[in-house]
Amino acid sequence: MLLRHTPKEITERSALTINPAKTCQPIGAMYAALGIHGCLPHSHGSQGCYAYHRSALTRHYKEPVMAATSAFTEGASVFGGQANLLQAIDNIFSVYHPDIIAVHTTCLSETIGDDIPQIVNKARAEGKIPSGKYVIHANTPSYVGSHVTGFATMTRAMVDYFAESNGHKNKTINLIPGYSEPADMEEIRRIASLMGVHTIMFPDTSNVLNGPLTGKFRMYPEGGVTIPELKLTGSSMGTLALGKLASGPAAKALDTKCKVPCEMLDLPMGLHGTDMFVDILRRVAGVNVPDVLTLERGQLVDVISDMHQYFYGKKVAIAGDPDQLLAIAKFLVSIDMIPVYMVSGTPAGKKFENSLREVVKDAPCEVKIKIPGDLFLLHQWIKQEPVDLLIGNTYLKYVAKDEDIPLVRYGFPIFDRIGHSYFPTMGYKGGIRFLEKILDALLDRKDRDATDINMELVM
Amino acid sequence: METTEDIMADESLDPEKVKLELIAKYPIKVARKRAKQIVINKVGETGDVPEIQSNVRTTPGLIGQRGCCYAGCKGVVLGPTRDIVNITHGPIGCGYYSWLTRRNQTDPDASPGTSSDGHNFMPYCFSTDMQDEQIIFGGEKKLKQAIQEAYDLFKPKAIGVFATCPVGLIGDDVHSVCKEMKEKLNINVFGFSCEGYKGVSQSAGHHIANNGVFTHVVGTDDTIREGNFKINLLGEYNIGGDSFEIERIIEKCGITLVSSFSGNSTVGGFANSHTADLNLIMCHRSINYVAEMMEKKYGIPWIKVNFISAESTAKSLRKIAAYFEDPNLTERVEAVIAEEMPAVEAARNAVYPRTKGKRVMLFVGGSRAHHYQDLFNELGMLTISAGYEFGHRDDYEGRKVLPDIRVDADSRNIQELEVHPDPEKFRPRKRPEEVEKLNKNGVVFSEYEGMMPDMPNNILIIDDISQYETDQIIEMYKPDMFCAGIKEKYAIQKHGIPMKQLHSYDSGGPYAGFAGAVNFYNEIDRMVNSKIWSYMKAPWQKNPQLMATYAWE
Repeated sequence: MLLRHTPKEITERSALTINPAKTCQPIGAMYAALGIHGCLPHSHGSQGCYAYHRSALTRHYKEPVMAATSAFTEGASVFGGQANLLQAIDNIFSVYHPDIIAVHTTCLSETIGDDIPQIVNKARAEGKIPSGKYVIHANTPSYVGSHVTGFATMTRAMVDYFAESNGHKNKTINLIPGYSEPADMEEIRRIASLMGVHTIMFPDTSNVLNGPLTGKFRMYPEGGVTIPELKLTGSSMGTLALGKLASGPAAKALDTKCKVPCEMLDLPMGLHGTDMFVDILRRVAGVNVPDVLTLERGQLVDVISDMHQYFYGKKVAIAGDPDQLLAIAKFLVSIDMIPVYMVSGTPAGKKFENSLREVVKDAPCEVKIKIPGDLFLLHQWIKQEPVDLLIGNTYLKYVAKDEDIPLVRYGFPIFDRIGHSYFPTMGYKGGIRFLEKILDALLDRKDRDATDINMELVM
Repeated sequence: METTEDIMADESLDPEKVKLELIAKYPIKVARKRAKQIVINKVGETGDVPEIQSNVRTTPGLIGQRGCCYAGCKGVVLGPTRDIVNITHGPIGCGYYSWLTRRNQTDPDASPGTSSDGHNFMPYCFSTDMQDEQIIFGGEKKLKQAIQEAYDLFKPKAIGVFATCPVGLIGDDVHSVCKEMKEKLNINVFGFSCEGYKGVSQSAGHHIANNGVFTHVVGTDDTIREGNFKINLLGEYNIGGDSFEIERIIEKCGITLVSSFSGNSTVGGFANSHTADLNLIMCHRSINYVAEMMEKKYGIPWIKVNFISAESTAKSLRKIAAYFEDPNLTERVEAVIAEEMPAVEAARNAVYPRTKGKRVMLFVGGSRAHHYQDLFNELGMLTISAGYEFGHRDDYEGRKVLPDIRVDADSRNIQELEVHPDPEKFRPRKRPEEVEKLNKNGVVFSEYEGMMPDMPNNILIIDDISQYETDQIIEMYKPDMFCAGIKEKYAIQKHGIPMKQLHSYDSGGPYAGFAGAVNFYNEIDRMVNSKIWSYMKAPWQKNPQLMATYAWE
């Protein structure tokens, strides 16, 4: 047994987190910043932070993850990190030539109380920022929120720093993709472009964290939202924020700053999630949905109906970010699976929990939800009453192996499989892929457990 | 065959010119500093080498390989010990990132020299998940409660507490909390002030971990266990199963492993380690402190060994046998070497024609950049540049420079424990005349000669290499292989050059010992001779001009 010390009996814990279902803000800020073209994310803290974030993102994407650090020493921790950040800005622009540096703070620099805008102003006054180059920042103390809020905060910083209204509204829709994979961002853009809608997506990590091998290393890959595009977001006719927690703050900031109205949607996962996205996009942009999308939708419905017998009544435990939990739970309920246990480490508030409970209100059994909760508790629930399927990141494979339950890898981090950066789980096509993964897991298990007598060729 | 010196003699790669080119782009102060950390090797007749500046601050913004003090303490040294509940006191990230990411293996159901209670907490991550409330009002109360909850749930033998950056700033006293909980729970509870900002790299964390384990655990169990030729293995972390292979070999030789610091290790092993008669040091950088302190307090001498490469393994085994001065052991060691080597030789001979002359660069760790050169030598591969991520001058130049190392402000903040002989447990294992005799027979105590004296002249040695320098030397030298860590891996491979991680090995292993050498030969053959590196251009990129109309058959 891998998790051999996890007891079935649940005792109340108020101080000890075991096997967390979240990580810290700065990594989300780094991930978001990688979705700006020509951007070098910068961690204002000890060098351990950026080393850990780069390692985690690298293991997840199997791609270069470039970022820099202020490399605090004990002295900097006492006297403040101004000198370190000034030197870093100078070195980065001299050596690595990014268009933009996106600084995020850490628990260390936040506890000291470093004032990033003041330091950046000083750097500019000292001529350390070449003309036409930018330094932006986001406050992301690790002791608040999670990687999701870090992503949301850095994404909002893009608005705070760049969005400007040019006085009239362009026929453009801003898309904020939530804490999602490069492949999902690509897919969302593809759907919008099939509909003939001009969009600006930010951040956009496609073609940054799923780049090609060509024999040439590019410090700043092809992809990412450009700074001119970020400026134009303030003149768009509207914003669709996909995933309220990760995308909401930036969308609201755009509304406040530039009067760009926004709609908060779920992540476009599954049939209804994607329907909602396509339908709203159609309305706000005033376009018709092309037949090819209706065809893709029909194919998803077809798969659902063809394989419904394998989904029906299956109990699922999910660990993930709140936006993901909501979207996945709705998808599963729509195909008659039952999400019985759900945890996220990311605090999301009572209102969110209520909306998640609403999704499963017709479940034929008790549904357990803990937000914030951890994987240790999820495992204990499973020990009390097992499930048919697990959905979550790589760390769940220890539970999957111990309890002999199939696992569909989803979310962050996925350290031990590929695919998430190349194939979407959003949109109709992504929905089919998500179902394929669920079916592979369930049917492989069925085949494994079949006796010689009831083994089936056709499924 | 081309030798390393031939390559270095190539006019365009004049190391002086390369060095100048590497620092040309830097702001002047940075260039001046990096110039002291980039050194052209020159080995004198007495093995003296040029001074290299190392273990100094990373330059902000330069993008390097290093991690932090916490990573060295919790991640590296205490990470592989299975029967201790390691609680990270801080926000969630630090505990999260050090959760199962180092490929340390462990075998909870069988362990040398300790009771096998089956405890294994390594697959778990324990954190106090500090929130802003604790940052403002202090986190000691939450920490105390977390220790209590860990105890109630798991009843472990020991609980370790690791302080992260904000803990030091807000002034939580992890040590007094641990002391209080130790008395309350009647198990060993101890803390490490390993805040990420301490020191200049992981190295500070190794030192703090060594101090903590030595102070709180070593010497607390005097049980004399059965077995002959008792040793401790220090600085081996069981990445990819390395310790298992070393354990197999030494067991086969009839040598008894009392404890390991800290691959496949237990707290019980540390507690009992002072009953061994010899300390073997693998990774000098991360663990020499424990060896030094054990020698002072308990009289256990240490020797440097290397189980990376078959020849080095054989050499290390012979050193151990020589130390114990027992003809039976010597005979058995020779028999084991004779038995193991044919398979190694066969594997080596099979790949040698394909690997010889290939050029490799190693920028990793505080020992691995040195140790792995032995394996590459066995493959006929040439190390054309190397450096450490967090090594000190003694790791580069040898311990003979220790008296000359200037202790700067960053290192002074890391405590040096004052250690005296234990009034009851100090027992010199060898008399001075025996030591002298062993010295003559090639068993040199407390000595590590460093990496640079082992390397050819005119090679660039680069300490704490930056991303920029990495890209430059790859472009200039176009090596056949590069070795570093996960953060460097894919940037290097985008250049079209295979990259082997020598921290975690990517996958696979063991690479230590005899079986490990065979694994490594095959792995390197796979990587440097793979056809996949030729796939980068599409047919239409290789031949873009349409010369004529396509002729349909």
